[in-house]
Amino acid sequence: MTALFEGYVGTSLAYDEVVGPAGVRDAYSGLLRRFARMDLDDVRSRAEYLKSTYTDQGVTFDIGGEERPFPLDIIPRVILAGEWAELEVGVAQRVQAIEAFLADVYGEGRVFRDKVIPRKVVVTSPHYHREMAHLTPPNGVRCHVAGIDLVRDENGQFRVLEDNVRVPSGVSYVMTNRRVMFQALPEVANRYRISPVEGYPLQLLAALRAAAPSGISDPVVVVLTPGVYNSAYFEHALLARMMGVELVEGRDLVCHNGRVSIRTTQGLRPVHVIYRRVDDGFLDPAQFQADSLLGCAGLLTAMRAGNVAIANAVGNGVADDKLVYTYMPDLIRYYLGEEPKLSSVDSWRLEEPAHREEVMDRLDELVLKPVDGSGGKGIVIGPKACRRELDDLRAKISHDPRGWIAQPVVQLSTVPTMIDGKAKPRHVDLRPFAVNKGGGNVYVLPGGLTRVALSEGELIVNSSQGGGSKDTWVLAGAKAVPKPIKVSVGIPESVPMVELGDEKIQQQQAQQQQQQRSVAHGYCHSRVDRPHHLEVPPASLLEPPAPRVADAEVRPC
Amino acid sequence: MLSRIAESLFWIGRYLERAEDTCRIVEVHLQLLLEDPLVNQEESATTLLSVMGSPVVETPDTAEVLRALCYDGASPSSIAAALGGAREAGRRARETISIEMWEAINTTWNSVKGGRLQRMRPASAFKHVRERCAVISGTADQTMSHDEGWHFLTLGRSVERIDMTARMISTAAVTAGTSAWANVLRGCGAHHAFIRTYGGVTTDRDAAEFLLLDRLFPRSVVYTLHAAEVALNELDQHVRRVGFDDEAQRLLGTTRSELEYCPVDQILENLPKRMVGLQRICAQVSEAVTSRYFTGAEAASWQEGN
Repeated sequence: MTALFEGYVGTSLAYDEVVGPAGVRDAYSGLLRRFARMDLDDVRSRAEYLKSTYTDQGVTFDIGGEERPFPLDIIPRVILAGEWAELEVGVAQRVQAIEAFLADVYGEGRVFRDKVIPRKVVVTSPHYHREMAHLTPPNGVRCHVAGIDLVRDENGQFRVLEDNVRVPSGVSYVMTNRRVMFQALPEVANRYRISPVEGYPLQLLAALRAAAPSGISDPVVVVLTPGVYNSAYFEHALLARMMGVELVEGRDLVCHNGRVSIRTTQGLRPVHVIYRRVDDGFLDPAQFQADSLLGCAGLLTAMRAGNVAIANAVGNGVADDKLVYTYMPDLIRYYLGEEPKLSSVDSWRLEEPAHREEVMDRLDELVLKPVDGSGGKGIVIGPKACRRELDDLRAKISHDPRGWIAQPVVQLSTVPTMIDGKAKPRHVDLRPFAVNKGGGNVYVLPGGLTRVALSEGELIVNSSQGGGSKDTWVLAGAKAVPKPIKVSVGIPESVPMVELGDEKIQQQQAQQQQQQRSVAHGYCHSRVDRPHHLEVPPASLLEPPAPRVADAEVRPC
Repeated sequence: MLSRIAESLFWIGRYLERAEDTCRIVEVHLQLLLEDPLVNQEESATTLLSVMGSPVVETPDTAEVLRALCYDGASPSSIAAALGGAREAGRRARETISIEMWEAINTTWNSVKGGRLQRMRPASAFKHVRERCAVISGTADQTMSHDEGWHFLTLGRSVERIDMTARMISTAAVTAGTSAWANVLRGCGAHHAFIRTYGGVTTDRDAAEFLLLDRLFPRSVVYTLHAAEVALNELDQHVRRVGFDDEAQRLLGTTRSELEYCPVDQILENLPKRMVGLQRICAQVSEAVTSRYFTGAEAASWQEGN
């Protein structure tokens, strides 16, 4: 192994994706060989390149108001085609079930009648919005974009850790990571058939256009951002740019008579689909938080009137509530009549007295999560918490049992990550992004965002908690690839380039650059000697012939 | 203005643009190879080298492309050679170009000569060359009088840009990859402008149309043809009552009208051939400009020549 990987072993508890009991796993053997050909300084300089490029490009993440380059590790994470195929199906299944669940919850409520999930669980969710009851979006889709967080447990099995169907973020980093990684490791990257991620914005645009109110043939789509101070502002701008749509803030929108428009220099322009990156509560001050400046009053009315579609739909938060998460396997069976293809992490529902009793004594062994937290906020990892934290936690749980679930500590899998010039095992998760275009057509972006916790033993990977990321390479399977296609339809013609035919210039150049014996004639003619259909005379005839050297030197320069 | 100086300025414009565009073309080529592992390296290298009019060796690979088109000063289509050419042309016109511009050109040359370009990471090298070229042309625009000399500079730049854009479009027209056009747009720095103009849902036809016919984007063929015409018009000051006597102007004018007034579908029908036609026109324009404005220098030195 190379200096970078010298002495690398995984951790005793977690599944290491590179090194197994039988040595290096298949997925990584080629990659490690490539890395072996670089010396450590080379790898370091490439890692430095990633960082400086991100600083230059403004690929940043805001932490507490400070813009920092989004940390990207030089060692990519590799997922084999076979593994990915299973994940892809599992993620799509999950999205379909969530769609069906949301349609039911805001519709007739069969799931309550059939006692799959208590009505109480749903209506007590802070993200349940009764304003949305009996409103069906134009193409029936509520989760246009979903981010399903996956982790790999101690046995290497992928499990769903949580669902994000409100405003999942991070997809922009998948695209920028790929671009910059390919630049930093070109000779490694082009050895593999890596499934491309560039297509995401167009998939998203297709889904948004498909969501437009009926009767609009060429819908105007906008991205609604809370503004430049939002931590994911970079992503909002990137998506708008790549989709070729306007990026708007709340103050750019105007609602009147149940229609939404944007203010432009040419007057008001109607809007049909809003891809909003603003939370439900801030979207419409006339409906939700009255003091919100991020949304636009009347948005919901316009949506209700069927004149504008909002993606993702308002009220989706009820599906990614962590208490609802515990019912998800049942919901998949109930709505789709299939077994869940991705397992969940075992959970205790603290509002059930029996569960609560069991958990309360074992707080120090478990992970406790607030049901509506995102970004890793509020999570308490029992074994790492001190006595006081646990006491506080116990009080909080007794006060609001609906607000918490408990899970065993899952040792997330580890992938080598460059820390101070050495590869060290660090815990990772994976957030694949799914785009629902309606009609059962769910696109899952190959790979997704791998987040990595940069400190040793840390299990919380969120960017807002100082996590980093890795480029995730889904290798296209040999089977999936047809025999190499012929790319070119014949060698194109071209006209030879002419040059300033002053041989003096070229002599000087040749001397300066290479001290080559090549005389000006040598290469000056090499170009025009090539057969071509156009009678361009050799450059030496076209251009003035050279003055004598002695003569040229006395010319003013 | 001395013909010799005018010629130097014309060639500074051409060489700088050649350096920048070559760099863009190679960048696109490398990106395409990375993104689509199905692309046959050898075949696309052959295509690229022949589009660039560089001698095609047997079984060229990426290293050969980089050598021939970027690093090797002895290879006439390389970035190093173009920047060297610009610098030498600049040296001959030092008293005419502004000090700042000369310095910008010279600094650029110093930063790439003697294999320095080769030692940078390719992505950084491309960015460096692109930025240096932008610095030089920005400095020229802001520190030179927009007089005759400046018009020659602009003319050279425009002629070269038309030629190179045509070559870039040729590469896309013969590449079967799905992302070929997106990459060419990116190569022309036009991707952003294109998406903002056409929205996200576009076809290859839109891309070709944009690069060829857009009147507002400064690297499109029609825009650049127009810029070259304007420069020539400024150079040819006498009052013109009928037609154009200047051969270069005639060539540019007819080419632009032909493009602008031709139905888009017809243009796209035979794109590779048209692109070769454009390159030919550029060679003819260059020839015409040379014989009209620069031949004085030729005649003078002919007598002393070897």
